[in-house]
Amino acid sequence: MTTEAPGAAGKTTTEDTPLLEVRDLHVTYRQGGNDVPAVRGVDFTLAPGDTLGIAGESGCGKSTMALSLLRLQDRGARVEGEVLFRGENLLTTAWSRLRAVRWAGASVVFQGAMSALNPVRTVLDQIVEPIVLHDKVRVSEAERRATELLDSVGIPARRVRGYPHEFSGGQRQRVMIAMALACRPDLIIADEPTTALDVMVQAQILELLAESVRESRIAVMMITHDLSLLAHTCDRLAVMYAGRIVELGPSRQVLQAPEHPYTRALSRAFPTIGDPASRRAPAGLAGDPPRPSRTSVGCDFADRCPDVLPVCRTGEMQLWPAGPGRSAACVRALPDQGGTP
Amino acid sequence: MTGRPDESSTALEVRDLSVVYPAARGRGPARAVDGVNLRIGKGEIVALIGESGCGKSTLARTLVGLVRPTGGEVLHEGTALDYSARGLKRYRRHTQLVLQDPGGALNPKQNVYDAVALGPRLHGLTEDLPLTVHDALARAGLRPPEQYFDRYPHELSGGQQQRVVIAGVLALNPSVIVADEPVASLDASVRGEILKLILRLRDDLGLSALVVSHDLGLAWNIADRVAVMYLGRVVEQGTVEEVLLRPQHPYTRALLSVVPTGADDWRPTLLAGEPPDPTAIPAGCRFHPRCGRWADADPDTRAAGACDRRTLPVLAPDTSGAACHLLTSSHLENA
Repeated sequence: MTTEAPGAAGKTTTEDTPLLEVRDLHVTYRQGGNDVPAVRGVDFTLAPGDTLGIAGESGCGKSTMALSLLRLQDRGARVEGEVLFRGENLLTTAWSRLRAVRWAGASVVFQGAMSALNPVRTVLDQIVEPIVLHDKVRVSEAERRATELLDSVGIPARRVRGYPHEFSGGQRQRVMIAMALACRPDLIIADEPTTALDVMVQAQILELLAESVRESRIAVMMITHDLSLLAHTCDRLAVMYAGRIVELGPSRQVLQAPEHPYTRALSRAFPTIGDPASRRAPAGLAGDPPRPSRTSVGCDFADRCPDVLPVCRTGEMQLWPAGPGRSAACVRALPDQGGTP
Repeated sequence: MTGRPDESSTALEVRDLSVVYPAARGRGPARAVDGVNLRIGKGEIVALIGESGCGKSTLARTLVGLVRPTGGEVLHEGTALDYSARGLKRYRRHTQLVLQDPGGALNPKQNVYDAVALGPRLHGLTEDLPLTVHDALARAGLRPPEQYFDRYPHELSGGQQQRVVIAGVLALNPSVIVADEPVASLDASVRGEILKLILRLRDDLGLSALVVSHDLGLAWNIADRVAVMYLGRVVEQGTVEEVLLRPQHPYTRALLSVVPTGADDWRPTLLAGEPPDPTAIPAGCRFHPRCGRWADADPDTRAAGACDRRTLPVLAPDTSGAACHLLTSSHLENA
């Protein structure tokens, strides 16, 4: 995948100057003396207030990609490419600058709030700390703000001096969202923020997150395996497979009329209740994603693809334009292949 | 409707079942299952739907004899469960449990052959064991089976691991499978493959199944009937079409509303508050503190319904309907 792909991932429809520009991002792990590529050339742009969903299955590199933007990847992983946050390359900038950007510029809602929160400190303290550090205000002022924030996510003032274990899973995830908002960032990266939560709590948390960012023009990158959820919470959707973006475009369009066969399989995996086509007919996809250590020629999805063509085994895939604001890494999306009716 | 099984005979039934866990750390006893009637016909797939803490996993464990009920009984083909060590062992040849996380269910130091052979060995069914293991793996969709014999769990994908777990269950040739969130930890594309497998096992082998899940789409994909559980009780049950297309209970309606539809006008009905607490079950209808129908009802309806005081009868097995005071025509058993 090249950065110069015409009309590819990089272009947004808004006229704002980009908040975040990711160019040809690669993340490579060292494993037993071998290079294991987890992210293999990802490009996209976020404008202020943009919401981008990143979908894909475990091991597709979506979390690694998102966390490497703030250099939060595992120790020993090599990150290449450019991550321009308001024009500043976060991959090469000094640690002191990066620390300033984390929290105040871009913050993260991690999956599994129980392990992300400090078990021996009250939730109030954990939100006060970044406020004091970044905004240089007095503790009393920070406590007032933190209490307000917690109240806005549904944690009443009488409970803010509680410890993480005293809260339910849903409440802990609310605390995480309050923390992410604490220093008024321009970008929130939410890594599977509702995994392991009940459907009802999940809907509450997503609504809360959407509400929190709606008026403030905070950009959101949300990572999950649940395509249908993303369609409602994000304007745009990027689908990742084997370390690359294979489809990108407006959420509804990507979900309702996928260009890439992998996106199609993912969207069918969650049936529409009432749709006779899926009644007593679960849709799956045979096979497993390629192991990251494997290097291959042609399309990474070819082995599992129901519509594979001879050229898929040999040609190099790129994120080709596939309609206004859309792109897909499938030769069938190309007009001269005549694959799409 | 295709492949509708013969439901005249019952594979597994629970009558007026309750499971109470003793009080702990200053809390009252937890009434995890609090009066449930449920029937699984031979060759039938029943989905038990609910949120965490509703008692669905406890009910599943009670069905396979891992938890002994505090009240009521479990009947296997009409006979009450015998809780002696011997009785349980005999019972477990027929009724097998599949758990959510195949990585945790498999012993990392045991290869696939030994994992699948474990059940037959425990039950002394070692005659033709290699053939049994071979067939079980093939039925679970791991082909050719010999290629998997020597592999260890860490060499398999999540979907393959779950297939090994299912093969281990099939090796005992059970008549009923109880599966607790069998696809919740699997990737989206693999989920459909495992669900297809469960459907095929029913069609080919006539297996009955209770599938416990929070996922209503799963019920639409594979189940014949659905029971929706809330705080230890079944609040609505019926055929998949009845419950999912014409839901009566406000809780079922709320659960259905939070499933994203992809439609532009999708508006979930969010229930206030956290999932409820089985150590503090509200009086009257146990759902009333979160019920929008009750909150919005006019004074006359509230007076007539008296949801905050009047106890609801337990739904009878095999009926279709919902346990709600505010329904005009609920099919309730007379309490």
